[in-house]
Amino acid sequence: MNNPETAIEAKDMVKQFGSFIANDHLTFSVYKGEIFGFLGANGAGKTTAIRILCGLSRPTSGEIRVAGYNVFTETEKIKKRIGYMSQRFSLYEDLTVSENFRFYGGIYGMSRTSIRKKTGEMLERLGITELSSTIIASLPLGIRQKLAFSVAIMHTPEIVFLDEPTGGVDPITRRQFWTMIYEAAEAGITVFVTTHYMDEAEYCNRVSIMVDGRIEALDTPANLKLKYKASNMNDVFLKLARNAGAGRE
Amino acid sequence: MSEYAISCSGLSKFYGKTQALDNLNFSVKQGEIFGFIGPDGAGKTTLFRILTTLLLADSGNARVAGFDVVKDYKSLRKVLGYMPGKFSLYQDLTVEENLAFFAGIFKADIKENYYLIKDIYDQIAPFAGRRAGKLSGGMKQKLALSCALIHKPVVLVLDEPTTGVDAVSRREFWDMLIRLKKEGITIIVATPYMDEAILCDRVALIQHGKILVTDTPSVITGTYPWKLFRVRSDNTLNLISQLKKHPEIHSADMFGEYVHAGTEHGKLSAEEIRAFLEEAGTVTTEVSEIAAGIEDCFIDLMRKENE
Repeated sequence: MNNPETAIEAKDMVKQFGSFIANDHLTFSVYKGEIFGFLGANGAGKTTAIRILCGLSRPTSGEIRVAGYNVFTETEKIKKRIGYMSQRFSLYEDLTVSENFRFYGGIYGMSRTSIRKKTGEMLERLGITELSSTIIASLPLGIRQKLAFSVAIMHTPEIVFLDEPTGGVDPITRRQFWTMIYEAAEAGITVFVTTHYMDEAEYCNRVSIMVDGRIEALDTPANLKLKYKASNMNDVFLKLARNAGAGRE
Repeated sequence: MSEYAISCSGLSKFYGKTQALDNLNFSVKQGEIFGFIGPDGAGKTTLFRILTTLLLADSGNARVAGFDVVKDYKSLRKVLGYMPGKFSLYQDLTVEENLAFFAGIFKADIKENYYLIKDIYDQIAPFAGRRAGKLSGGMKQKLALSCALIHKPVVLVLDEPTTGVDAVSRREFWDMLIRLKKEGITIIVATPYMDEAILCDRVALIQHGKILVTDTPSVITGTYPWKLFRVRSDNTLNLISQLKKHPEIHSADMFGEYVHAGTEHGKLSAEEIRAFLEEAGTVTTEVSEIAAGIEDCFIDLMRKENE
């Protein structure tokens, strides 16, 4: 293990596709237990970076550690210690709620007893114990998103990656979802989250903003607003991303 | 044609036992930008598919651009522009070929109508020879809008054109819509983003297949029934639970760095809220009365609906 205080440590992370530089020397740390907002315009290079941090894509160069492990040589160890959820894909729609828990718990190598225990606990916390044998496809999106998050953290990962977790959900569910994120962070899980809702950037401890493959800004929302003389994070984002060059769509 | 570009009465639609649309009644005036604001699953796509003659309602009727959506569907299709939520262009055709294809089936002259799409298409023109499937998300969106416009439709139907799109591209897209409105095109647009409501002339807030309210954004926010405060402290979760302990505060919801707390008018002052929180050990850095936004209204209407 490197520095015990950091969950992610990236130094000069570069990812090149042919002549295109998707990630251009990204240097940043994510502290343990913090909610880290990873913002950027479409095409700025966020997805590329997340894939590297999850151990799914090999960077071109750099020194990168996730949960203390090297992304070049220890990707299998990384995968066991992280959770992942996105808006596009989260749960198997044709499986029931408890089957999804069993499936993901199995993948993460949890024992049958601890899967059963965890499933019960999480459904109880969501107040939906009675939905345990319901097919996912028949559930409203709001409940599905909350379930997907529960599944992503059922093996108590060190870090959970949330890729636009609240896209399209109603405003009440969106807030309930963020309450769950806060609770996970308080329980010590580091949260790495992307979003297009700029009010959600305010819920993060620190926020980085990517423009054209580089991290243009990284600080607390309060400091960013001060620095860019903006009244909210939307204005900060617009000021930074509007200056983007040809690399943006 | 009447003053309405779209009028619907008693529109309902079931999928098996699930009611997707529940007796919708609304009208859209000619030349309006009319927004349907609501989460996924609210019924927006079902409604748009009925209005574009792609799906039959179980009951009720709808007229679009002077045509009945069932009886006159052939005539209606000629004057409609439709951009579905899912990218539906031909992935294997190039940018240029897609545009030519859509102009062809509508027998439209690209040169004649080019002025309508110029601002949008110019941005993707450098990639005219690229296959649509190889475009980035933002470029696909621009091409889809160009194809929906090339026959100069009377009514433009946009199903979640800005979902998953970043804040800068979203703003650019809305600038384009406002320019199209000036050309006299009636636009209905679905979006899950509450902040886009203020860019519409009128909006319908929709949830579980029902319209919660239809009006101009300023009337909707102006008739918000509660007195609203925004409160800020270091610990948002703790602040919410403290606020909820006050008998006169009936809602406390996070809004960015603030919590919005609703009370009945004339019951509480900012000073009283500050003092109450201080007594509970919560230091606030701001407590002030504010005007409600669309999202406050939506949350309030949803709660009433759920009661």
